[in-house]
Amino acid sequence: MTMVSIVSPISNGYSTGPEKIGSRWRAFARTAFPFLVVGGIWEIVAHLGIFPQRLFPTLEDVAITFVQLTISGILPHHVIETLIRLFCGFALAGTMGILIGIAMGQSRRAEDIFLPLVSIGAPIPGLAYAPLFLLWFGLGNLSTILLVAFVSVFPVIINTWTGGKAVREIWVRSAKAMGSDDRQLFRYVILPGTLPYILTGLRLGLAQAWRILVAVEMLAAVPWGLGWLIFGAREFLNTDVMLAAIVVIGGIGLALEKFVFKRLEDYTVVRWGMMVS
Amino acid sequence: MRPIEIRDVSLIYETPAGNVPGVQSVSFQIAASEFVCIVGPSGCGKSTLLNIIAGFLTPTVGEIRIDGKAVTGQGQDRGVVFQDFAQLFPWRTALGNVAFGLEMQGMEKNRRETIAMEQLGLVKLEKFAQSYPHHLSGGMQQRVAIARALAYNPAVLLMDEPFAALDALTRDDMQRLLADVWRKTRKTVIYVTHNVAEAVYLADRVVVMTPHPGTVKTEVLIRLPRPRDPLSVEFLDYQRQLLQHLGQHAAAG
Amino acid sequence: MTNASVHIRSARRAAITLLFAAAVYETLARSGIFAAALLPTLPQVAQTLVAMLVDGTMVWHVAYTLYRVIFGFSLAVAVGVPLGILMGRFRAVENFFLPLASALMPIPSLAWVPVFILWFGIGNTTTILIVFYAATFPMLLNAWSGVRAVNPLWLRAAGVMGASERRLFWKVIVPGASPFIITGLRQAFLRAWIAVVGAEMLAASNWGLGWTIFDAKEFLNADVMLASLAVIGCIGFIFERLVFGSLERITVIRWGMMRAAKD
Ligand SMILES: Nc1ncnc2c1ncn2[C@@H]1O[C@H](COP(=O)(O)OP(=O)(O)OP(=O)(O)O)[C@@H](O)[C@H]1O
Ligand SMILES: [Mg+2]
Repeated sequence: MTMVSIVSPISNGYSTGPEKIGSRWRAFARTAFPFLVVGGIWEIVAHLGIFPQRLFPTLEDVAITFVQLTISGILPHHVIETLIRLFCGFALAGTMGILIGIAMGQSRRAEDIFLPLVSIGAPIPGLAYAPLFLLWFGLGNLSTILLVAFVSVFPVIINTWTGGKAVREIWVRSAKAMGSDDRQLFRYVILPGTLPYILTGLRLGLAQAWRILVAVEMLAAVPWGLGWLIFGAREFLNTDVMLAAIVVIGGIGLALEKFVFKRLEDYTVVRWGMMVS
Repeated sequence: MRPIEIRDVSLIYETPAGNVPGVQSVSFQIAASEFVCIVGPSGCGKSTLLNIIAGFLTPTVGEIRIDGKAVTGQGQDRGVVFQDFAQLFPWRTALGNVAFGLEMQGMEKNRRETIAMEQLGLVKLEKFAQSYPHHLSGGMQQRVAIARALAYNPAVLLMDEPFAALDALTRDDMQRLLADVWRKTRKTVIYVTHNVAEAVYLADRVVVMTPHPGTVKTEVLIRLPRPRDPLSVEFLDYQRQLLQHLGQHAAAG
Repeated sequence: MTNASVHIRSARRAAITLLFAAAVYETLARSGIFAAALLPTLPQVAQTLVAMLVDGTMVWHVAYTLYRVIFGFSLAVAVGVPLGILMGRFRAVENFFLPLASALMPIPSLAWVPVFILWFGIGNTTTILIVFYAATFPMLLNAWSGVRAVNPLWLRAAGVMGASERRLFWKVIVPGASPFIITGLRQAFLRAWIAVVGAEMLAASNWGLGWTIFDAKEFLNADVMLASLAVIGCIGFIFERLVFGSLERITVIRWGMMRAAKD
């Protein structure tokens, strides 16, 4: 069940295909409609002044704040710091996860050694370790990156390990019959054979990393980063700043899910017919 | 080309439920460039025997000698084609699959692709060199598998029911193609099947095995000129003879 | 090598790994290289856990956390399942809610914590709503995919046999979508469990497992943290394996619609 991902169920909705401009427009209008309705209700409530303006800003305010923060370079700075943490932590998790996962898939001994640790570590929400990491490694970047790595490493390990077991015996036999030695077998058969699972693991890992990174930034009191931007804005009741930052967070989350692995998958496992897009 | 000797080979599978014999004291010989079919009822140990010859399994008793040397594991002197279409590597094009063995030997790219292309020509698939396996039909995939097993020029070709999963018409085409490839390359071929018509069409000699636990029941020499006519009286006689050995007295067809 | 002996060997290696890990930790803790407050020994952690259980504080923390997570999770199920099914069944509902869901889903639930704190203050309301936000989307999307995955042949067959829309719904669509819905429950709970811990750290006061862990940081009580972590792990394990595992076993697997995941 590890393979069941809810990462992109939207993409297997109705494929639009090459259609006429008119129906494109209709599709666009259909997508925009719910946002207009919700946005409209928000505007009415905000303008009626039922809630204090500071707590329930109008959408114009949020948009203006967004533009101001972007132009002044503050928002981009926060975004970049957050992304750097994400990718450092994720790169660490990806490397370690693939290595451990493949070792577990190939060697019974490695499996016996790592499996207990993985099955104890995986079910505890990674965020629960946050205070412990902060205590051990101090407030700041090191704790954040290590925690992101720690959280995202488990899906990578588990999927890679499963994938290693899914490498077909017949491929291994064919390759050996054609004279592959162990190193060649690994590089030319086991690695590509496991790739669909590795990619799924990385995708799930990245999603998990993203889900907790923002919270960790709040806890770790890092000076820059989207999490801190939101959390800090609480002091001055800057709800408009929070909402602007949340829009950015949503945008990045969407981009991570939709684009980062899509290309890679299309170029490899989808082209090979090992995974449907 | 090298002769193959199978000397008193037995294999016992150890399973949680106990020991299961795979094959039992099988002995026969194969001359260089000979086309031998092994037929036998399902579960008698044909695949087991082929896997032992290929070096994937080690016999519990007995040994295989190729050109006088005992077999210990896989080697590039034997090419293998399985029944399963999934034997091709999905991450490589047809050409990439065929060139695999040569790549393992460290041959440089241009040379191995030229050779792989020739092999694809032999199975009439030059046009599909750049296709990935999942875009090829079952029959085409099996042809790529044959080309792949021949590409690094092994002396012996081992085939385990390579066409069993194909429809009847395609299978006929494939048998003709294989007979043609064999005529051109003169490899030693060991071909497992449970289809007697296929055996009579392809083989110089047919080894008939007993039901599980299998051993050699008898050998039948097929003395028919090639290309063979499956509707000739002699052909049908051979077929009937094999079926009788297999204990099925049904009419040939 | 028989299966049984492989099993025994695996179990022995697992035990060795765990003992080894524990021994390494214990050695580090006792070596005095790190402050004792940061790296308490395992007996100390066990003692703290027992003490907290005996004086009842741990029980209260667990009760608060469970209350929040179950409340939020139930809300998510109550909203997510019907809405997901309606989305799968009626195009108009889908056209309206799918874009909204796909826009909100990529926002991590915990990013909303500061906003919710401003709106609802620190305490139960905020934590429950965060849990709700986290759990709704997996629920919604799985119910929706489940309905869409119901074999059209079954629908046609049932229609031919004269089933009314209502019966079609209860007799074909709901059972047909149930493997997805159960997967959804599982994923939703997993998300809820993460969210509740995070939300409690940021937005709870005085009670809750997340709050205890975070609060313990202020006083360098690493033993309290580790004890709470163990409790969090146990509860997560119980829900994952026992609750959802057996739910899956008694429903879907019995119908043969899903292969039992060989873990
Ligand atoms: N991996 C295995 N473990 C245990 N027993 C096995 C294994 N593989 C085969 N056997 C047993 O060995 C015997 C021979 O199997 P084998 O696959 O060689 O038969 P076969 O002649 O190729 O049959 P078929 O025509 O159906 O392919 C069978 O009785 C089978 O039950
Ligand atoms: Mg067989």
